[in-house]
Amino acid sequence: MRRHAILASLLVILIALTVWITSMDKIGVYDVFSWRDLLSCTWAHFKMVFIAELIAVSVGVPLGILVTRPGFKKLATPVLGGANVGQTIPSLAIIAIMAPLLGFGLRSAVVALFIYGLLPVLRNAYAGINNINPAIVEAAKGMGMTRGEIARKVELPLALPVIMAGIRVSTIITVGTAELAVLVGGAGLGRITLTGVFAREALLILQGAAPTAAMAIILGFILERIEKRMTPRGLQFQI
Amino acid sequence: MIKLEAVSEVYPDGTEAVKEVSFEVEKGELCVLLGPSGCGKTTTMKMINRLIPITRGKIYVDGVDNTEIDEDELRRNIGYAIQDIGLFPHMTVGQNIETVPALKGWPKDKRRQRAQELLKLIGLKPEEFVDKYPSELSGGQCQRVGVARALGADPPILLMDEPFGAIDPITRVRLQDEFLRIQQEIQKTIMFVTHDIYEAIKMGDKIALMHQGQLVQYDTPANLLYRPKNEFVENFVGADRALKGLQLLRVKDVMTSSPPAVRADDETQTAEKQMKREGTAYLVVVNDERQFLGWVERANLRAGRMVRDIMHSSTATATANTVLSEALSLMLSSGLKTLAIVDRANELEGIVSFDAIQKALGDATLRSRAE
Repeated sequence: MRRHAILASLLVILIALTVWITSMDKIGVYDVFSWRDLLSCTWAHFKMVFIAELIAVSVGVPLGILVTRPGFKKLATPVLGGANVGQTIPSLAIIAIMAPLLGFGLRSAVVALFIYGLLPVLRNAYAGINNINPAIVEAAKGMGMTRGEIARKVELPLALPVIMAGIRVSTIITVGTAELAVLVGGAGLGRITLTGVFAREALLILQGAAPTAAMAIILGFILERIEKRMTPRGLQFQI
Repeated sequence: MIKLEAVSEVYPDGTEAVKEVSFEVEKGELCVLLGPSGCGKTTTMKMINRLIPITRGKIYVDGVDNTEIDEDELRRNIGYAIQDIGLFPHMTVGQNIETVPALKGWPKDKRRQRAQELLKLIGLKPEEFVDKYPSELSGGQCQRVGVARALGADPPILLMDEPFGAIDPITRVRLQDEFLRIQQEIQKTIMFVTHDIYEAIKMGDKIALMHQGQLVQYDTPANLLYRPKNEFVENFVGADRALKGLQLLRVKDVMTSSPPAVRADDETQTAEKQMKREGTAYLVVVNDERQFLGWVERANLRAGRMVRDIMHSSTATATANTVLSEALSLMLSSGLKTLAIVDRANELEGIVSFDAIQKALGDATLRSRAE
């Protein structure tokens, strides 16, 4: 609850800051970005994160679960290792590499964000299934549940909270990383921030950075609520 | 009901975990698979419901070769309880117990009713427990629910892999007694794995003692104790077989029924007269409902006017079904030479004296149980 209070006040400050800066006329010799620009950048930013995250989830969750299945277990190390490499490379480098490979534009930005956001989703899907007490699965099998029934009725519900946490972490990371998308011709709030950096105007940087942080907080909060919703009641007592 | 014919298990790496094991468990019998860890007892059990595939040999369940039945179908008709229980933490106690009935497609109200019955059977109030989650239960309660879940669809056969292994000793004894009571009611054919010889002697109608993958002796507990087939059995049983033999006898075998008793509201004079008449130095004290309260001794008789004033209150009691070794340890820990035997309502049924147990300790009584 304390954490929520801190995040809420931070959110208020960030939004107030954005509103204050945007309602200024000029910062130094530079015009501030208009409300219209700000909204379109925010929307573009969100869209980019959303698409990249959608792909990361639709690839990461099934892949993470797949490598826990008997017969595919051998793939777990290379798959998780590969995703790990994706995140070890600095985000700036990944984004920069995409431009010569896929050309400038939204596509490169989304692919880079996908690669960067994949690991937390993949890792949590894998861990969520893999860390289930083996006795639970053995009992399920011993009672005559088919493999599909075990996955549907036992493993998935138990892993869901962990999987959702992975999606939340990945989303928050991606919101931040998406700031860099502007470098390869993507849109987003990075446009404002970068302008501020070139102009060496702190307030202009903030006009892009503050709404980005606010977006991360809001999305994180929404996903946390969904996560709680999806946690089976029997597991909530343990927390 | 369960018949093993020259069953062997060879692991992919070539180790022979089970070698040519053959034996048969009759309907309604509780057979204990006993042996040191790594002897192949769990492997043997898991081949019955095919959690481990059989390498060679045949297992017949109710006359049918178990490899000819679909494995999921086979398992749904064999109850399964394990040491780690493995209750589903995201499901309520009721839903856990209804697992197999649900898999078998029983209608909902029939499932609910079955769960209620089973909760009653294992001594948990249905209205209180049916909607609880496993994380809200104690270890002993989880273990009971695990057994109830194994009984869910009323399977004729139960496989239990050290079901009371992970429980503190006091609760374990209680669960064992409870389970024996339940078994008298349900009469299932049970295969029970344990490494604890005391548990094996207490629970088993038959014991299959295994060593290094081989079946060494398949016999009644008494025969295992008093007619060991070879040196390994002899050593495994150990030197204190008389003490272990106490696991074979129950209080009801040696107790004195309807012992002389006084009421707490009687005067000490009444007690004194009764002692003289019976020729004893102590009497059991009960209340008006014949519920056990404590003891009164001749040496204290002068210390008060009413029995109530001079009696020693006690809560150390056993039931007629308590095994003698537990009755003995209760005596030792409570410092009493005589133990009151009560029924479930704490009403006095009899007494067991130390002398009576000592007499039973004499090999003769026990030997007569071995054929």
